[in-house]
Amino acid sequence: MKKVISTALLVTALSAVSVAAQAHRVWLLPSATVLSGTDPWVTVDGAVSNDLFYFEHFPLQLDNLAIVSPDGKPVTAQNLSKGRYRSTFDVKLEQPGTYKMTVLNNGVFANYKIDGQNKRWRGKADQIATAIPANATDVKLSESQGRVEVFVTAGKPTTETLKPTGVGLEMIPVTHPNNLASGEKATFRMMLDGQPASGLAVEIVPGGNRYRDKLNDMKVTTDESGTFSVTWPNPGMYWMSASVQDDKSKIKDARRHASYATTIEVLP
Amino acid sequence: MRLLITAAMTSIAAPALAGEATVSIEIPRLSVAEYHRPYVAFWVEGDDGGRITNLAVWYDVNHKDKEGTKWLKDVRQWWRRTGRELTLPADGLSSPTRAPGTHQIAFNASSKPLSEMPPGKYQLVVEAAREVGGRELLRIPFAWPPKDAQTLDTKGESEIGHLTLKLTP
Repeated sequence: MKKVISTALLVTALSAVSVAAQAHRVWLLPSATVLSGTDPWVTVDGAVSNDLFYFEHFPLQLDNLAIVSPDGKPVTAQNLSKGRYRSTFDVKLEQPGTYKMTVLNNGVFANYKIDGQNKRWRGKADQIATAIPANATDVKLSESQGRVEVFVTAGKPTTETLKPTGVGLEMIPVTHPNNLASGEKATFRMMLDGQPASGLAVEIVPGGNRYRDKLNDMKVTTDESGTFSVTWPNPGMYWMSASVQDDKSKIKDARRHASYATTIEVLP
Repeated sequence: MRLLITAAMTSIAAPALAGEATVSIEIPRLSVAEYHRPYVAFWVEGDDGGRITNLAVWYDVNHKDKEGTKWLKDVRQWWRRTGRELTLPADGLSSPTRAPGTHQIAFNASSKPLSEMPPGKYQLVVEAAREVGGRELLRIPFAWPPKDAQTLDTKGESEIGHLTLKLTP
């Protein structure tokens, strides 16, 4: 995995912002991903932490939470709360099918110098012009596109919400993410800005690492079509993540750091 | 006269019908602090896992507001294979949970769903899930249609006792 150059800036700036970082893992954890019955509910936790899936660092900011129902309509989360170590929200699943729940974190970081003094700034793309003084030198911009999401299905799985948005780093399931079983092989495709992301390193970590010595993570690399496969060794929740650094930011002269993280449930 | 006696001896509780399959299941009596009758799903699948035929689903049909359907997903393999495609309750398929003891369900080969099963190798699959308890899945392989009368059985370890499939050609 390629490392960010301006590490100092990112690591400190990320302490209160839920952008996928090298130092921590960002995740959503649904109470279930496979549901039956009329109008089932799910509760989803969000956090930034080291160990999976334990709340020990920061709650996930839910400002940019978007939930899409199987027919593409937005759904409002209920009972949102932010605690010390975790955020929580509830979703009522009124339609049968697959829902997508995403937290997007897009931001810009800037390193610059004023009279030889190092300055830092973090904010939104449209604020750059006013935020960075005209006499700033050595301006280094970095755009961050972070996507954290989960898929939840009530009743029969559908595929409408599995389609890519074409922005940033995304995972498009080839195997439906709510149809995963221990011992079976699942296939996923990574896309960057709507194009297959080939040669990308993806990290897969099973939850519950507090109670074992080895992380038991799996590292896979996507092929030319951006695809990778994994055979699940055990049932449980798994965290899958990847990130990309390039110069393809839409902001002039900015580096781009795109990241993706999802939590999927593998049933016995 | 002799033919009649032979026929009567090979039947179970009813006169032998041409082509019949009877599933007999023992729900074990368990000594637990909080006992709930299990949700049980019965289905037939081909050797490759395809050609699925649902036979019966026992769940809390009488729960108000259809709330009993909330736990259907806990009959995990069944839910994933076929259950999630169904709309329950469904006539002729769903019925209430059963108490500990032996229960039978009989199917006539000339009626649905068996009448629609093409000849081949199949497995009878029975999966039970008990609230605040465990899960168990049992399989009995069989060939359809049966060439002769057979009694095939197996036994579970926890949530299902004896499971028997009696086939009559």
